[in-house]
Amino acid sequence: MTTPALPVYRRTPLRRLAGVDRLAVAGGVLLGIVVLAALLAPWIAPYPDDGGSATHPLESLLPPGGDHWFGTDQVGRDVFSRVLFGARTSLFIAVAVLAVSGAAGVLLGVVAGYAGGWARDVIMRVTDVFLAFPALLLSLALAVVLQPSVTTVIVAIAITWWPWYARLTASVAASVSTRGFVDSARCLGVPAPLIVLRHVLPNSLTPVLVQLSLDGGGVILTAAALSYLGLGAHEPTPEWGLMVQQGQSLFTTDWWVVTFPGLAILVTAFAFNVLGEGLRARLAR
Amino acid sequence: MPGYLIRRLGQALLVVAGVIVLTFAVMRLVPGDPAVAYAGPKATAAELADARRQFGLDDPLPVQLWNYVRDLLGGDWGTSLHTRRPVRDDLFQAFPASLELVGAALVVALAAGIPLGIAAARYKGRLPDLSVRLSSMLAVSVPVFWLALALQTVFASGLGWFPVAGEYDASLDRTSPLHLYTNVTAVDALITGNWPILTSTLSHLVLPALVIAAYPAGVVAQMTRAALIEESSREHARLERALGFGETAVLTRFSLRPALNPVLALIALVFAYSIVNGFLVEAVFNWPGLGRYAADSIRSLDTPAIAGVTLLVAVLYVVANLAVDLLQGVVDPRVRAR
Repeated sequence: MTTPALPVYRRTPLRRLAGVDRLAVAGGVLLGIVVLAALLAPWIAPYPDDGGSATHPLESLLPPGGDHWFGTDQVGRDVFSRVLFGARTSLFIAVAVLAVSGAAGVLLGVVAGYAGGWARDVIMRVTDVFLAFPALLLSLALAVVLQPSVTTVIVAIAITWWPWYARLTASVAASVSTRGFVDSARCLGVPAPLIVLRHVLPNSLTPVLVQLSLDGGGVILTAAALSYLGLGAHEPTPEWGLMVQQGQSLFTTDWWVVTFPGLAILVTAFAFNVLGEGLRARLAR
Repeated sequence: MPGYLIRRLGQALLVVAGVIVLTFAVMRLVPGDPAVAYAGPKATAAELADARRQFGLDDPLPVQLWNYVRDLLGGDWGTSLHTRRPVRDDLFQAFPASLELVGAALVVALAAGIPLGIAAARYKGRLPDLSVRLSSMLAVSVPVFWLALALQTVFASGLGWFPVAGEYDASLDRTSPLHLYTNVTAVDALITGNWPILTSTLSHLVLPALVIAAYPAGVVAQMTRAALIEESSREHARLERALGFGETAVLTRFSLRPALNPVLALIALVFAYSIVNGFLVEAVFNWPGLGRYAADSIRSLDTPAIAGVTLLVAVLYVVANLAVDLLQGVVDPRVRAR
């Protein structure tokens, strides 16, 4: 007896896989370029000193050209070099915020999901409160209270960001906790903290990791907004939001001072979003 | 339903209580002494002590929190340090302008996002789908303050198609003064038949509303697409296809209504987000809303005013979420059964 051939659906296997992966790959490549720019900034920037407080009054506000691809700013610094160095600031903030809030959120979430009962209720009500503040709003209030600096930006955003991961992890961890291998571990007398760390946690991580890559763009945008409002990085730190703020009065006459840092924010946030979206689509399958 | 309603209301009240405590905690962290900010740099020690007493800064923290809650519930949101007016009055004046702006933006976002989401779902995996997905990702990745500056520079300062800043042409206040009922300029102008101010407001709205609309339009398009694709793979869609309905009819006639439910829930989330995003846009377009008020308050370390704005937006978010949950029960009977 031969098995009848399985029906072939045109829309399923290879084509979709390829399409989804292409999106994630495109996002990954784009993000890779930004990361490379950040890492190699001191070597590939045409004017490495312009990443700091150097000034060249005689070369101020030169339009884009052979010597200065993105033109120069008010004090004569090379905008291209500053945009490259700005990638360091932005990516550093993004990584720090995602690491801190991801770690805090995952830990609380996995405890809430495994323990259930009142512990879960308390943790979830607290996340409800934090989630009622749009990230930029609470960061604004906090950034006013703390002194403006890159660290302030990281702290302010991380405080508003962790509840998302706590919720996500809690719901995944709750369903993982009902699985057989967790029951077996419990029956074997494995202590609860060990069950949480060794068995529940590793199996609850995937959705959070995807969410983290999706959120990189949001962190970059929020950080740039805080610096734009003067609540984050300050001179001479090369930060894209700050560069836009410093150049905004010149937009009509010297467009390049504002345009390129803004485009850098856009491209980086876009890269995170495309990568995250591609990963999410893969995960959903 | 009543059980669900009460449980949901209780939850919302609990969150509001938490929001008040958190706002209080943040404001008490302020390193600058609010009494100094209020009394001014040249104040004598006696004046300072007076101001401290007036704000109750000498009391223990739990007492301060209790007084804060009592005042809030009694309608006293404190006095702004920079306008020297009750914060509640300031908010009452600024909020309608923000609401007008964000309301207009959300209308644009829905009008653009839903059809784009439908088109993407209809041509899934093909060129229209890819371009909608990429452009919606672009829309959520754009820094609003930068987009605001760019549109302002090109279409207002450069081409002169739209006014550069403000809510309406201030000289109209003399020629055709506006009677305020709702404080939302466009609405008041409409109901009193004040055409000059109405047209001026609308033309001032275009650019800032478009900037704010970018993010929600992108999210709505993505969500509509995802929900439609899921809905049109259910059993009922199979039946409709078997009955000979075309793919477009399956999507728009049968799948759209149930698919719009998650989109509706999204709007509540996006609403509060857009209000805050609007802060940045208001700063660029000098729109007399909450954002400009917040910016002024931040500059003068105006604690009561910042607390007021923070609290208002957070409570608004809770209320919007509650409203959507209840509305979903009305729109979709399946929610009620849960």
